[in-house]
Amino acid sequence: MTGPRTLFDKIWEGHVVAQEPGSPAVLYIDLHLVHEVTSPQAFEGLRQQGLKVRRPDKTAATMDHGVPTRTADGTSLGRMAFADELSRRQIAALEANCREFDIPYYGLESPNQGIVHVIGPELGLTQPGMTLVCGDSHTSTHGAFGALAFGIGTSEVEHVLATQALLQYRPKTCLVQIDGRIPAGITGKDIILALIAKIGTGGGAGYVLEYGGSAIRALSMEQRMTVCNMSIEAGARAGMIAPDDTTFAYVAGRRFAPQGTAWDQAVAAWRKLPSDEGAQYDKTVDLDAAALEPMITFGTNPGMARPVSGRVPDPAAFSDPHERAALEKALAYMGLTPGQPLIGHPVDVVFIGSCTNGRLEDLRLAASVLSGRKVAAGVRALVVPGSQQVKKQAEAEGLDQVFLAAGAEWREPGCSMCIAMNGDQLSPGQVAVSTSNRNFEGRQGKGGRTMLASPLTAAATAVAGRVADARKLKT
Amino acid sequence: MQKLTTLTSTVVLLPIDNIDTDQVIPARFLKTTEKTGLGEHLFEDWRYDADGSPKPDFVLNRPESKRSAVLLAGANFGIGSSREHAPWALMDYGFRAVIAPSFADILRSNSLKNGLLPLILEPAVHLRLLEQIEEIPAAQVSIDLASQELTLPSGEKVGFPIDPFSKTCLLNGTDELGYLLGFEPQIIAYEQRLGEK
Ligand code: SF4
Repeated sequence: MTGPRTLFDKIWEGHVVAQEPGSPAVLYIDLHLVHEVTSPQAFEGLRQQGLKVRRPDKTAATMDHGVPTRTADGTSLGRMAFADELSRRQIAALEANCREFDIPYYGLESPNQGIVHVIGPELGLTQPGMTLVCGDSHTSTHGAFGALAFGIGTSEVEHVLATQALLQYRPKTCLVQIDGRIPAGITGKDIILALIAKIGTGGGAGYVLEYGGSAIRALSMEQRMTVCNMSIEAGARAGMIAPDDTTFAYVAGRRFAPQGTAWDQAVAAWRKLPSDEGAQYDKTVDLDAAALEPMITFGTNPGMARPVSGRVPDPAAFSDPHERAALEKALAYMGLTPGQPLIGHPVDVVFIGSCTNGRLEDLRLAASVLSGRKVAAGVRALVVPGSQQVKKQAEAEGLDQVFLAAGAEWREPGCSMCIAMNGDQLSPGQVAVSTSNRNFEGRQGKGGRTMLASPLTAAATAVAGRVADARKLKT
Repeated sequence: MQKLTTLTSTVVLLPIDNIDTDQVIPARFLKTTEKTGLGEHLFEDWRYDADGSPKPDFVLNRPESKRSAVLLAGANFGIGSSREHAPWALMDYGFRAVIAPSFADILRSNSLKNGLLPLILEPAVHLRLLEQIEEIPAAQVSIDLASQELTLPSGEKVGFPIDPFSKTCLLNGTDELGYLLGFEPQIIAYEQRLGEK
């Protein structure tokens, strides 16, 4: 009866609990991740209505957005004071809510604390074929495992807590076909920035993107997560990648991954998830991986990106008055001149971290550039691991020593300067090259100017003190 | 949820494309554990100077804006974060509808769950409305949700799309959670089908 189906179709259809005509589907949720910023009002709603958390066993919480990333004495024991009383209260509220509703949580003292999108995969909570939600738009990260993962608002957080289900309209599907050999020095970050530059910040609105093609298959899990992470910056509901041996090898043996015969059964089921031959998508986009260059943003949304070897575009070249005005506004905010080369633009801060690029491989890439080099005088470089586990592994490999020797700061895990809620922030007018995902006005601190790039480009920029191409860095 | 049936109001113009939720309500105001009180920080960084004084040329600082229930924004309104603080802030300021040629998915969904109508207009109609308000800033629009009709200041009536489920919820002020809780038996059956205890 059913024809060939996409990865998305299979997961969606397997999770529809009920569907009334003219109403959204009731979709079952396999895993609900919770953090401190978007949950307090949801728990309060439960209390007011006398409701319980239906499946605490399918829920997990951590603290990341507002946590301090400095320690009092340079050791990992005891974090420095919170940026403010509100942050402290918000985190205390999450702890209290988790205790009251019996939800497992990875708090500040936990060896598994970290950015919610880093710890889900790390703990093996994130698995292929799942529906996974979190009150956070970068939940799309988990789609890298062949899961249907998307961000929700606080009302929906309350819905999932109360019912383990969500009302959803079926989104459309878009295949993003990325073939070709990825050149040396090009990362998942460059791929996704190039895609958003091509389709725009609204290009994926209403769609779930499935990334496929030889270039995607060649990526490690961590790089795939970087790609899926920023699907939301193209406006997409979610991003996903079919699970394969790379996926299974990553999940195997993790704390919450199935074990023994359950593992074999799970893998057998997961092997059936990839889209069938001839499955139809509502739309297709192509990207040639072989032609990619390191990318960097110059404007105030992630779609305003160019190859790092390029120049700042000239608003005068745009005929659409809307586009011209938007670009003029963005360049004025960023302090950039039309036609100026991107390489060589001076920076004040380099931020390496976030749920986009705060994993072990990202830190290895940054360290490969910083090893034996120094952060330029006058530049502040912050390296913030995505989780306690990432931090531990990085230290076991000596990456922290590379960063410290180069003159960079090595911090405790958290969102940190990605969202600037914890006191780590830019001052007005400062320019940062960041490995995070949003360059919106003020995102990294009021008046701060953010240029998004890969860990390689960020590290090279830290050394040069100016936007730089890691492939051309002199020793 | 506050219900919405009909609305007649002046229109606040902010015709910028790709307005992101970091502008609607900057992250430093997300530390609240309440839903109220965010209106004073709506568009904070566009609205106030470094010293905290209101920028007189920013539209939300005009006294008449405070009396308006309709915001007109550019395409792709509300990109970025899933923070429901964005619709909370818009509503706390006094808005009940945002008119734009298109909306970011999560913002649209979050708005509908709070009684804020994301009203989608075709670009040509959106432009006509913008021009009419620019000409006569005190002009009013009327929204009739039941008939899905917007009346422009010129008297022209145009339709707008909304899914039937969200429309019913808005018209009656019903919260989706009540509807969802009604599916408890099906949810239990689903879990049993999966062989769970
Ligand atoms: S690192 Fe940044 S984008 Fe990721 S969850 Fe934290 S604040 Fe959000």
